[in-house]
Amino acid sequence: MYIGELGKIYKEGENIVRQGEAGDCMYVIQAGKVEVVLERPDSNVRLAVLESGDIFGEMSLFSRTVRSATVRALTETRVLTVDKKGFLRRVHEDPSLSFRILQKMSERIRKLNDDVAALKGH
Amino acid sequence: MQLEDGSRVAVVGGGPAGSFTSYFLLDLAERVGTSISVDIYEPRDYTVPGPVGCNMCGGIISESLVQMLATEGINLPSTVIQRSIDSYVLHSDVGTVNIDTPLHEMRIGAVHRGAGPKGSKGAKWGSFDGHLLELAHGKGANILRGKVEELTWDNGRPRVQAKGLPAQTYDLLVGAVGINSTALKLFEGLGFQYKAPEATRTFIAEFYLGAEAIKKYFGSSMHVFLMDMPRVEFAAIIPKGEYVTLCLLGHEIDKELVDSFLNNPVVKSCFPPEMAILTPACQCGPKIAVKAVCQPFGDRVVLIGDCGVTRLYKDGIGASYRTAKAVAVTAIFDGISNKDFQRHYWTACQVINKDNQFGLVVFFIVSIIRKLRFVRRAVLRMTGKEQVMEGKKRAMSMVLWDTFTGSAPYRNIFWRASQFNFLSRLITEVTRALVVPGSKGLN
Repeated sequence: MYIGELGKIYKEGENIVRQGEAGDCMYVIQAGKVEVVLERPDSNVRLAVLESGDIFGEMSLFSRTVRSATVRALTETRVLTVDKKGFLRRVHEDPSLSFRILQKMSERIRKLNDDVAALKGH
Repeated sequence: MQLEDGSRVAVVGGGPAGSFTSYFLLDLAERVGTSISVDIYEPRDYTVPGPVGCNMCGGIISESLVQMLATEGINLPSTVIQRSIDSYVLHSDVGTVNIDTPLHEMRIGAVHRGAGPKGSKGAKWGSFDGHLLELAHGKGANILRGKVEELTWDNGRPRVQAKGLPAQTYDLLVGAVGINSTALKLFEGLGFQYKAPEATRTFIAEFYLGAEAIKKYFGSSMHVFLMDMPRVEFAAIIPKGEYVTLCLLGHEIDKELVDSFLNNPVVKSCFPPEMAILTPACQCGPKIAVKAVCQPFGDRVVLIGDCGVTRLYKDGIGASYRTAKAVAVTAIFDGISNKDFQRHYWTACQVINKDNQFGLVVFFIVSIIRKLRFVRRAVLRMTGKEQVMEGKKRAMSMVLWDTFTGSAPYRNIFWRASQFNFLSRLITEVTRALVVPGSKGLN
């Protein structure tokens, strides 16, 4: 890690969040690449590949359910943690702080819609 | 009074407050589909080392600000963050204790506001203020390199006259000139009852050590000094890339006090032994606001950051972000009249003002700890014992961390320190410290 890099480094192949675990933070990728994997008893499904500037784990900021998927580093990856409590306190003061997260979530729903449409078309 | 398509905004001052305001005004305007233009007046060249290109402060980007900016999509690169900080060392005449954050994550950034201290050449890092100004420019703000010399009204709209530039009339005027600028007088002269906040002088100095020596002697820790020194509310040494920054906050800090601090054996022991005489490469005595300002707004004019409302002693850049955000949200969604700023912007400012009241109490308690040797000993023992505990149980470590780094609201720190468990553990340590021989002295 260079002396001025913020966040925490995860090695290639290392899990950053695990499906089914409790979560109380969101992550912002500072450098590197991760995959989001839905683990199923029979097979695992890669849901997305995210890179620098992307966020993940944001669902745990708004709901109290466990992590919905596993996020694993595809390369050496540096991520910054955003604490749930501090985030919600700030959103209470300044709701516009959530605009960018809502925008990212909307983009994901749009992609999901495309995926659902593609599946139904088959 | 509202911003509409074609509205023009002048931001006087291109430090963090001015750049954040411009960035978020343009960002929010884009989201609601309004086309506005923003001119930032900033004569300072952030690529020039020394005071000419520096906005003078300790240069800490707090944990909470780093997280909020990342949430906003503003990730600070290692070309600007000179050293990431993940721990702190608490120094005192009764011992030293190292405190790691529970997450073991680098979430505090140490930066130079300008291009580095006087005489530094070919620095590997860019100016933090310059980086934010570039971000605002990237969003579409125009940077005008002229010193503002006159502010007047032109048929109820603010008019800005800067050196070497034609006078221009705007729909909204934002003052982000800090507390060390002569431009404050120009805003006082606009006749909307604004008066610059009451201030006190602080002391900031940069010492050259080189990257290797900093790694060896200071590491990635902020070094905080809990010692009995009159008029000093806070003393810390912050490691940067090739320099360390000494930051003394308090009341009327003068040369005598600075010399006595630097010659203190506890402080000297932090530096390499060959640095017998500590000579700063660059130093300044910037002012900080100590009392709340009254009404930093009127019709079509508003002041933010240090010249408006800021946080007591800590996280001034975080307060700039919060007030900038509040102004941008008010101007885009509510309006730009005196009433709009009173109803929305001032409400956000009052959250900071009220929290500062808790800050006064927190720093009063810290001053008691500094004055009484046996309490210092108790605090250090309690903190030291916590280092083997789970993150969330390190109550004293986290209270001190949040107080010294500005990472949490003072109100939150105050309530955590008022919990029964916290107080009972502290009282136990204080009682123990009282019966240890030689620790009862008042200093």
